[in-house]
Formats: sequence, structure tokens, C-alpha cells
Amino acid sequence: MAVLNVSLVSADQEVWSGEASMVVAKTVEGEIGILPGHEPLLAILAHGEVRLTLVGGEKLVADASDGFLSVEGNAVQVVARRAALV
Amino acid sequence: MGAQLRVYRQKIKSAQTTKKITRAMELISASRIQKAQARVAASTPYSRAITRAVSAVATHSNVDHVLTTEPEKIERAAVVIFSSDRGLAGAFNSQVLREAEQLSELLRSQGKEVSYFLIGRKAVGYFAFRRRSFEQQWIGGTDSPEVEVAQEIGEALLEAFLRDAEDGGVDEIHVVYNRFVSMISQVPQIVRLLPLEVVEGVEEPDDGVVLPLYEFEPDAATVLDSLLPVYIESRIFNAMLQSSAAKHAATQKAMKAASDNADSLIRDYTRLANEARQSEITQQIAEIVGGADALSSK
Repeated sequence: MAVLNVSLVSADQEVWSGEASMVVAKTVEGEIGILPGHEPLLAILAHGEVRLTLVGGEKLVADASDGFLSVEGNAVQVVARRAALV
Repeated sequence: MGAQLRVYRQKIKSAQTTKKITRAMELISASRIQKAQARVAASTPYSRAITRAVSAVATHSNVDHVLTTEPEKIERAAVVIFSSDRGLAGAFNSQVLREAEQLSELLRSQGKEVSYFLIGRKAVGYFAFRRRSFEQQWIGGTDSPEVEVAQEIGEALLEAFLRDAEDGGVDEIHVVYNRFVSMISQVPQIVRLLPLEVVEGVEEPDDGVVLPLYEFEPDAATVLDSLLPVYIESRIFNAMLQSSAAKHAATQKAMKAASDNADSLIRDYTRLANEARQSEITQQIAEIVGGADALSSK
């Protein structure tokens, strides 16, 4: 099964990167879930948490504010001014 | 001890003290380069991601946005100069200031007014000494740049950019900074920040690779509105980090040269001091021999 290559980047460092099977983030329009094969997307993130489901099934929650979500191919980038794993 | 010898000894001592200081500074900057470079590397994913996103919006939508469209007439241009707070870095500050002066000259020859935004005590000092005016200054944080400062600078620039030229706003923003190329090479770099030149500094997409069509949320114009300030800020922050890494590298190089010079001074003066000591001894022997001869020939 295809996986998402996720990288979570804040202004001064790469917070986390790795593979995930699903990403759920909160954009200004509402929550959006991304699975492998999603169409290219560029969205503004609302303040809030980004939930990642890793390939093994574990969950990972990060806090991101002031940022963007970009999806291209199976690469997902969460780019936020401030981001940290919770 | 002869007077000559004493003078040489003094000079040797002073060169040795100086060398201790320059050696210490060299070591300090050498250790800071590592950290500064690591920060440049750490901030790269962010600016790369932002840059990619900006290119995406710019390529895949035809929104007319104030930040991307070229104004018909540019009345005033802003020049942002990244210098350092401290000297002792060889040509670091003078080369960036020289570059900025050349740029200003070019802009003036195109009929544009130039207003300055200065970062670092050295640039501020340069302007203050020449009694030249500038818009704003940021000093005190060039050794380890903070994101907050970059944010502040970005906001100030954007605010000036969005103001009309009649009210003192600018239509164009250029940044001048030292780019860290390697430990021994730092190159002053001029980048036009606004209106946006997306192509510049970005790894160009390979031929034949078609960028996919993007979906925007909420819509392209809004995304652009909030993306571009962030893009500017990330570029500013990147310039600050580059400049700080370059500064440490320049200091290290300058201090290495100073230590080497101190070494050769010490060597030269030691030779001269030895010569002086020897000639003193020779003279003393001659005096004794001469004295003994005079006594025995009586």
C-alpha cells in the first residue's frame, strides 16, 4: 500500500519526518483528512493539532500554528511557523 | 640590559598577548560556525517548502496579486542591508556595504528613490557617521538570529511595501547580505525580494516534469495573501542565518590571519632581540679584553 511521506517543518527546524498512512489537519475551512493518492493541495492551517496515523497504526499528534499544508504526490508537508510534537 | 633589547622584549610580549586574544577569538568563531551552519541547514526545509508552495500558487493560478505584479512605475525602492554587530571580520561588513552602495547607485540611476532598512550595528554606524537617513534599524541579534526578529523585519517591510509611494511606501524591496559559501568564501549577495522573483534561488524543476494542478483551500487569492508574508519572512530569516554563518567564518579567517601575523612578528622580534643580546655581549667582552690589555701593558 502506498504511504504518505510526511514532513513537519517549523521555521527553525524539521520537527518530524517519516511515513504515515493518514494525516488529519485542521484548515481554515475545517478538518481535512489526507490518504495516499490525494490530489495536490495547498491549504492554510488553522491553529490546532495535526494528527498523524503512522504506518504501524500508532498515532502522533503535533501542534502547529500559522502554517500551511501542502500535498503533492504522496508527499505531505506541514509547514508552520511554530510546530511541536505533543 | 641594553635599551634596544628591552624594547624588543616589550614588543614580543605585546605580540604574544595579542596573539592569545586573536587565537581565542578564532577558536570561538570556529565553534560558532558549526552551530550557525547547522541552523542554516535546519531552516532550509522550511524555506524550501514555502518556496515550493509559492511557486505552486504562482504557476497554477492567474490571480492578480499586489505582491506578484510589477507596478508600472517604481518610485521608491527599499534596500535591506544585513551587516554584523561587531567588526574584526575582515571585509565582511565593508563588502556588503559596498555592494549596497552600488545597488543604490544603480537604483538612483533608474530614477528611484532609495530608503534603507539596516540590520546590525555596523551598518547603522556607517550610516550614522555619514549622517544619512534610514527607515528602520535592528541591532544586537546578528550573532544568533531569532525568528521573532525576522518576523518583525518581515512585517515592517511588508507594511512599507503595502503603503503608497506618496505616503513614503516602497514599491520594490532588495536585500543585501553575505552568503555563506564555504569556510573561506563569503559572497555578498543581492536578492530582489518584492515584487517576487520566484525563479531566483530556487532549484529549478527538471525539464519535462509537469507540476500537478493544485487545489487551494479556501482559494488561491487568500492562500497567496497569507503565504507571501511568510515567504518573505522565511527569506529574511534565511538571509540572517546565512549572514551570521558568514560572519563567524569571516571572523575566524581574519583572526587566523591575525594570529599568523602575530607569530611572524614574534619570530622577527625574537631574532632582533637575540642579535641585540649578542652584540651587547660582544661589546662587553671587547670592553673587558680592552680593559685587561690596558691594565697588563702598564
